[in-house]
Amino acid sequence: METTRRGFLQVSGLAVFAGLTYSLSTQTKAFASEVDPDWKLIRTEESTSVCCYCSGGCGLVISVRDGELINIEGDSDHPINEGGLCSKGASLFQLRNVIDPETREVIPNPNRVTRPLVRRAGASDWEELSWDDAIEEIARRVKDTRDATFVEKDKGVIANRCDGIASLGGAQLHSEDQYGVVKTMRGLGLVAIDNQARV
Amino acid sequence: MTGHYCDLSNSDVFLTIGSNNVECHPVSAKWVQKAHDKGATWIVVDPRFTRTAACADIYSPIRAGTDIAFFGGMAKYILDNDLWQKEYVRNYTNAAYLLDPGFDFDVKTGMFSGWNEQTKSYEFSTWGYQVDETIPADASPTGAFAWTTEDGVPEFTPPGNKVPKKDMSLEDPQCIFQIFKKHYERYDLDTVSAVCGISVETLELVYKTFGSTGAPDKAGTIMYALGQTQHHYGVQNTRAMGVIQLLLGNIGLAGGGLNALRGEPNVQGSTDMGLLVHNTPGYLAWPTVAKYPNLRTWLDLETSSGGFYTNKPKLFISQLKEWFGSNATLQNDYGYDWLPKLGSDNDVTTMSTFELMNTGFIKGYFLWGQNPAQSTANTKFAREAMSKLDWMVAIDIVETETASFWRAPDLDPATIDTEVFLLPAALPFEKAGTVVNSGRWLQWRYKAVEPFDQAKPDLEICDLLWKEIVKLYKDEGGANPEPILNIKWDYDIDGKIDPRAVAQALNGYVIEGKKLLTTFGDLKADGSTASAMWIYAGFYANNDAPLDPSEQKVGARGREDKGGLALFQQWSWAWPLNRRVLYNRASADVDGKPWDSSRSLVNWTGDAWDNNDVADFVASRVVDGAPTPVAPNNNAFFMNWDQIGRLMIHSLDMPVPEHYEPFESPTDNALNGRENSPMIRFADKESVKKGTREEYPIAVTTYSVVEHWQSGSQTRHCPALVEAMPHQFVEVPEKLAEERGIKNGDLCRVFNNRGSIHVHAFVTPRLHTLLINGKEVHQIGLPHHWGWASMYSTGDVVNDLAPNVGDPGSYIPEYKAFLVDIEKA
Repeated sequence: METTRRGFLQVSGLAVFAGLTYSLSTQTKAFASEVDPDWKLIRTEESTSVCCYCSGGCGLVISVRDGELINIEGDSDHPINEGGLCSKGASLFQLRNVIDPETREVIPNPNRVTRPLVRRAGASDWEELSWDDAIEEIARRVKDTRDATFVEKDKGVIANRCDGIASLGGAQLHSEDQYGVVKTMRGLGLVAIDNQARV
Repeated sequence: MTGHYCDLSNSDVFLTIGSNNVECHPVSAKWVQKAHDKGATWIVVDPRFTRTAACADIYSPIRAGTDIAFFGGMAKYILDNDLWQKEYVRNYTNAAYLLDPGFDFDVKTGMFSGWNEQTKSYEFSTWGYQVDETIPADASPTGAFAWTTEDGVPEFTPPGNKVPKKDMSLEDPQCIFQIFKKHYERYDLDTVSAVCGISVETLELVYKTFGSTGAPDKAGTIMYALGQTQHHYGVQNTRAMGVIQLLLGNIGLAGGGLNALRGEPNVQGSTDMGLLVHNTPGYLAWPTVAKYPNLRTWLDLETSSGGFYTNKPKLFISQLKEWFGSNATLQNDYGYDWLPKLGSDNDVTTMSTFELMNTGFIKGYFLWGQNPAQSTANTKFAREAMSKLDWMVAIDIVETETASFWRAPDLDPATIDTEVFLLPAALPFEKAGTVVNSGRWLQWRYKAVEPFDQAKPDLEICDLLWKEIVKLYKDEGGANPEPILNIKWDYDIDGKIDPRAVAQALNGYVIEGKKLLTTFGDLKADGSTASAMWIYAGFYANNDAPLDPSEQKVGARGREDKGGLALFQQWSWAWPLNRRVLYNRASADVDGKPWDSSRSLVNWTGDAWDNNDVADFVASRVVDGAPTPVAPNNNAFFMNWDQIGRLMIHSLDMPVPEHYEPFESPTDNALNGRENSPMIRFADKESVKKGTREEYPIAVTTYSVVEHWQSGSQTRHCPALVEAMPHQFVEVPEKLAEERGIKNGDLCRVFNNRGSIHVHAFVTPRLHTLLINGKEVHQIGLPHHWGWASMYSTGDVVNDLAPNVGDPGSYIPEYKAFLVDIEKA
């Protein structure tokens, strides 16, 4: 059976198991053949994605093995970038993983925050806390501030507004995340809502 | 963008102004290059000889902040040299419309007619059209408002449609064409040259070259970015470009248009989504106490008298139905009063929120991947204001300068009582969902890996918080719990919050049976349809596979290109309705024939439309139950009530763009008697600390480099990018360096009343010392990606220096032109 790489992604859409071998840098025909066991992308699953830097919307192919990120590169089928990426796009892999300069092992990027943290009043460092505690504490503070600063009527008009809280950001989130943010924040009564479009 | 990235390959002439697209939007350059290879001409106008300028055919320097003078001069040149696209201007713009006889502009004071000193704003009575008659709204069975009589539609009064007076010969002195022409008489080559610091020869070459696209079969495009918007008259900068493109007949053409290269991967989406003070999702007006105290006033004032927005109530009621579900009924105005209404006592846009934190009015702060302690204007003031907060919740992938504002070098954590929560967010490929690029293409990102360790997608974080808050209000009560308890929050699939359920809500559906809609044309104002985001209707509408994004338009990967214009109609989906080039009706003449048959987007064959793109006009109507083609007319801009492109308009601060100087400027205004636009926002705030040109004689502009991005909170955490661009720097023109004894690599102090930063000097011929109104002005340049929070690369915060004043429409700060001084440290 012969199928083009393009057709392959088109058919499956979601992650596909790439036990077959084909070049990732050009659109070539996919066919079963001998596989170099040292090949970087052997036994990887692929999915398509979109770059997270400028607004170009360049396509990506992301390769994952055993649940871990192996490679990110430009999607050669994508009509906008035709496989190319800029310096930022080409380094997307490092947002999650970097090479340890000592051991040459792939390690998680140490800059990443991966646990909920809190900085208490007057403190000079973070403390770790559980998600449950973080959500409970934040919800309590939100409620206290909302209750204390809520404006039910303004100049005789129903306002149902919470003046004491502001929300900023969202231009890097998915549209579905953004709807979650707009609905919860507006739902609390916030009017001070802005994002990077105001920069 | 009115077009999209691939469409750039169709242009004859490019004007990059207020953008460094080769570095900041590298993929745009790929498509410019394709046209360039076919013989297109590329013009770059920029304060700095950028990497984009290095690729261009013509480069012109410019003093930052003088774009309206530059474009005013171009308008005059186009009219004086008869380069305008006459049939286009006559038929598709309001050039022929007669303006109110009271309209005036006083050059001596720099003010338009209608100024109200009490409210410090303009009244628009003299900025409108002369009206022949007003045709009452037609709610008869065949009228545009027939649907208003249906059951379930709230009562309101649709407006009558005004019929403006016109002179199609364009000779009446009161017609907009003549008033516009007169307005720019002052913008002659010598004056513009002196204001902008561009030689007359270069100006003429640029004007002539771009003006050549006024030929009906030529297409010119303008690419811009924050270099145009980050001024206290940024909206008028943008209008000035729009007006030029109307004069040249470039809007709506393949390879034409006005193309904003936006700065974030989904800032188009966040703007669409109404993550902004004044909008609901889909650019509808957010309710206010003063203007829209109830649903009826909203419907009365927001429903348009003509064009598509006569349908606005259908969009808004459907939005309320998605928001509140079955709790929204005709009887309770579809829940309108549960939406929070903006007051008029406080502005609450970004810059103002720091003033309100500073006085203790705002006490809590959510941050969704934004870093204002590094990126807002006058960051030092913003950080001091944040230190007065009770609490902050930052949702991010790294410790940003904002999450760690209490660690700022100029603050003492021991004195700051703010509690800060930092919640770990998932990376873009650790979750699924949609992103919208600058060309309005909606594309799906599949989840490739699990979020690392305990990181979570933002939607899941919203869900956790929301459910906990709802529980607290259910258990304990509190300040009016109704708006919270009546919200519909039903986005779980298999017991877990899921972006695919939200995608369906964004797409819109018939409530009965939850049937996804393929067009917003099917939305109703009677409560039977729900839609979170009307402009996205169709992107996720396949009812046969509602859980499979790859079977939806958002996941489409077809490479067909009908018409050969790089429209790629089958790849992803562009809002609205998969339309790739906005205003495409204007790509053809009044008879519907393309101005250039090799660039045919829409084409009337005599009895039908044969289109390569989705029509941006009424191309067919249902007659006796069957869709019937509508013959060509001149309604090329049907999102406006007058369905026409506007050379002049009663907008907020100016009916026609007029040059004013930056808030902090190295020179006087040579074009009129007023320094700054009368409607500049926040200039009177104490925090602004204006500097004079005597104290701070150096003009400065800020910008990005290709290796880093925005506040650097992502790129400064990637070792490869830090290796490529390790340090902050200041670009100093050679002449200034010589005067101040600064050598390449010297550590320098750059300062003004707001802040002081240390950076290394990069002495360069890329920035110029300009002759402005007879005096030499030095311009320096500062990239703005650094702060203290990173393991790999840190630096001082450049935005400590930028003034927190802004535009009255966009409320965007003036980052791009202000004053500093520089010395060897």
